Amino acid sequence: MRVSRQSIVTVVTLVTVLTLWWLATTGLGLINPLRLPSPADVWSATWQIMTKGFAGGTLWVQALQSLQLVAKGFAVAVLTGVPLGLLMGWSRRAEILLNPTFLLLRPIPALAWIPLAIVWFGLGDTGKIFTLWLTAFVPNVINTFTGVRQVDPVLIAAARTQGASTGQIIRHVVVPGSMPLIFTGLRLSLQASWTTLVAAELVGAFFGLGRVLNVAGQDIYPGMIIVGMAAVAICGAATTWLLGRVERQVISWRPAV
Amino acid sequence: MTKNKNFLGPSGTVVPPGQFWLLSTIGVIILFGVWTAVALSGVMPRHFLPTPLDVLQQLHQLIVSPFAGFLYHEHMAASIKRFLMGWAIAVGVGIPLGLLMGWYRLLDEIVTPLFDAIRFVAPLAWVPLAALWFGTGIGGPLLIIFVGSFAPCLISAYRGARLVEKRFVEAGQTLGANSAQIMRHVLIPGAFPSIIAGLRVSAGLGWQSLVGSELIVVGAGLGYLMVQGQGNLSTTTVMAGMLGIGFVGFLIDVALRAAEAAVKKRWGMAS
Repeated sequence: MRVSRQSIVTVVTLVTVLTLWWLATTGLGLINPLRLPSPADVWSATWQIMTKGFAGGTLWVQALQSLQLVAKGFAVAVLTGVPLGLLMGWSRRAEILLNPTFLLLRPIPALAWIPLAIVWFGLGDTGKIFTLWLTAFVPNVINTFTGVRQVDPVLIAAARTQGASTGQIIRHVVVPGSMPLIFTGLRLSLQASWTTLVAAELVGAFFGLGRVLNVAGQDIYPGMIIVGMAAVAICGAATTWLLGRVERQVISWRPAV
Repeated sequence: MTKNKNFLGPSGTVVPPGQFWLLSTIGVIILFGVWTAVALSGVMPRHFLPTPLDVLQQLHQLIVSPFAGFLYHEHMAASIKRFLMGWAIAVGVGIPLGLLMGWYRLLDEIVTPLFDAIRFVAPLAWVPLAALWFGTGIGGPLLIIFVGSFAPCLISAYRGARLVEKRFVEAGQTLGANSAQIMRHVLIPGAFPSIIAGLRVSAGLGWQSLVGSELIVVGAGLGYLMVQGQGNLSTTTVMAGMLGIGFVGFLIDVALRAAEAAVKKRWGMAS
């Protein structure tokens, strides 16, 4: 088996970084462990949160809490955003009617809604789902809208000539035609959702990975901070991977890019 | 969203200009009308859902008398200053690094796995570490903005550099240009259109990260103003903060869109 040059460089790089990390924190003791934890600290923090738990639950409990919130907020945003985008893309009148609202809402980052969500809904799950919904809703509407507008009008005219009803055209021409851009919106909004959720949980929450980060920060527990960051990254990467799988299933007719 | 107002939508409807303005106006009236009506109806206490007018009055109040230590525009200035500093660092590091990665294969191979390893860490997840390393004053938030806006800078410069044809670089080398000259006269101009597009994305993300970091760690700025408003259960203050954040975000986007259009025009690319 021939090993590619890239994988050799990758392994060498990662080993070098890990060695430097160990040397700086443990071997030579160059960096104060309160600034950068040693590999052993991170390991013991991982062990602690897996077995005994931290900030009110084990890693599984905290990660599941964050995952289910992202899933719920994302689902609500998709179920509302994609149909609205289809409507605005299909009907010029609906677009004109709703566009001013989007022009006003779009420049406000979803994170700026967090304090309002707390005032309205408190620190529980509802406020977070509301903020996540706002985060993912706007990219979903805009990308679906753009997707519909990119559908070749000739295809729609052709379907109409063959006697397809409006419902059939939307079902068989417009929706499949806009799928690639709909998925672009889904991917963008999924990444944004994780940023929003972590921020919302850092500002105030009872459980979740952001809560772990918050408590670890307050306790000045650098090992646990690293574990929290890694958990956020793994959850984000896993959900992105899952969405990629779904995308390949749904638009299987389209060659992979 | 489309520029052509008489665009024929897929449904085949032609909307005359008169109706365009009518519908747009109705849209705005519905938005603010429903908002005001719900606020006045008493379904939610006025305190939790103020009318648009209440928000504007509070905005005026915040401009004339200090809240959370500063006047409204001082908070805004603090946010903008912090954003510009963090973003400048991200641009200053990300673009040269991206260009070099596009040029030197080994650097690309070294940085890519490291970059991939931390790419999925949401920018706001850096908050506790940022506070630990650089404190909550200026350094911590700068790191968050940097982390939030770094990736698009790096990726756009990298892609831009990869798009520059090899023979231009080789021609420069043949003619005796040194590395700095090639960077300055070949790679940067060649990658510029891609870079400027990346700058717009990165500024948007950077501004968002700034808002997030201000919600959590600092002592001044629009995000801080909102958190203090939230603490006092003053919905009007929170909404006034959102207004300012949206306004600055909008200005940043408009400025970079204009820059992008100007660059495309100058480089002879039709957008």
